[in-house]
Amino acid sequence: MSSADAKPPERDEAQMIAAILAGDRELYHRLIQPYELSVYRMALSFMKDETEAEDVAQEAFLKAFRDLANFRGEARFSTWLISIALNEARRRLRRQSTVRMESLDEPPEEGGKVSPALLSDWREIPSEALERREVRALLQQAIGQLSPIYREVLVLRDIEELSVAETAGALAISVSSVKVRLHRARIMLQKELAPKLKLVNPKKRRWFSWY
Amino acid sequence: MVLECKHVWDYISEFLDDSLPPGTKELVQRHLENCEICSAILDSTRNILVLTADDRVFELPAGYSERLHARLARELHGEHNRPDKPTRD
Repeated sequence: MSSADAKPPERDEAQMIAAILAGDRELYHRLIQPYELSVYRMALSFMKDETEAEDVAQEAFLKAFRDLANFRGEARFSTWLISIALNEARRRLRRQSTVRMESLDEPPEEGGKVSPALLSDWREIPSEALERREVRALLQQAIGQLSPIYREVLVLRDIEELSVAETAGALAISVSSVKVRLHRARIMLQKELAPKLKLVNPKKRRWFSWY
Repeated sequence: MVLECKHVWDYISEFLDDSLPPGTKELVQRHLENCEICSAILDSTRNILVLTADDRVFELPAGYSERLHARLARELHGEHNRPDKPTRD
């Protein structure tokens, strides 16, 4: 997958963290800036409510600040932040689980095979299609419909672009579990989205402005 | 050895991550060259994952950044340590 890394190469995060811990607390604003979206996205994919997701994101950034001295630099700072957001989202969901239908403690490997949607051809959907609200809504819904064990792996790996090993570390599961769940999550997304996206894929000429 | 379609589907995720053992990868590749359905499944899955990862799918709400930094500023200035502000978790 493409990796659009927002942070400029000259950022030395280890040094920034050391400076913050030494007393330059204001620097924390700059340290987290590149990760504002990824932490929020992580939260939103679990909370399904913008206000709650924002609250989780804020809480995660605060927790990370209070806990900064414990960041050992074994993981990337971004990965560490995202794990904090994930744990915060899980903690809240667990608290709400009495009123929610979905369980966070499903059997880790559900049996049965997942089959993709069968297509005879696929016309590439350009990313400009995301300018359309209905296309964004389709994707959000499809991710939201995945059960948590699949959603968290997909979000970490394919949206936050963590490696398989980093995903396994963040979720405290094995690398092979990550692979199994990721495979199912991706196929479930394809099955749900391919038929729908095929219908919204407009004729080619609509992408050009001479009409 | 020739792979059937349903076996190829099991390898789609790892094929996309380029983490299949070389022999398996080659078998899958050979199948894809000759199977329109499997290559459409692979292309659509790849396409969907690229769209999913796009920053536009989940956008930040208006004012998110300002609210976040305002809350952080309160924390950074140690407001939570003031006795008149009860701390809660």
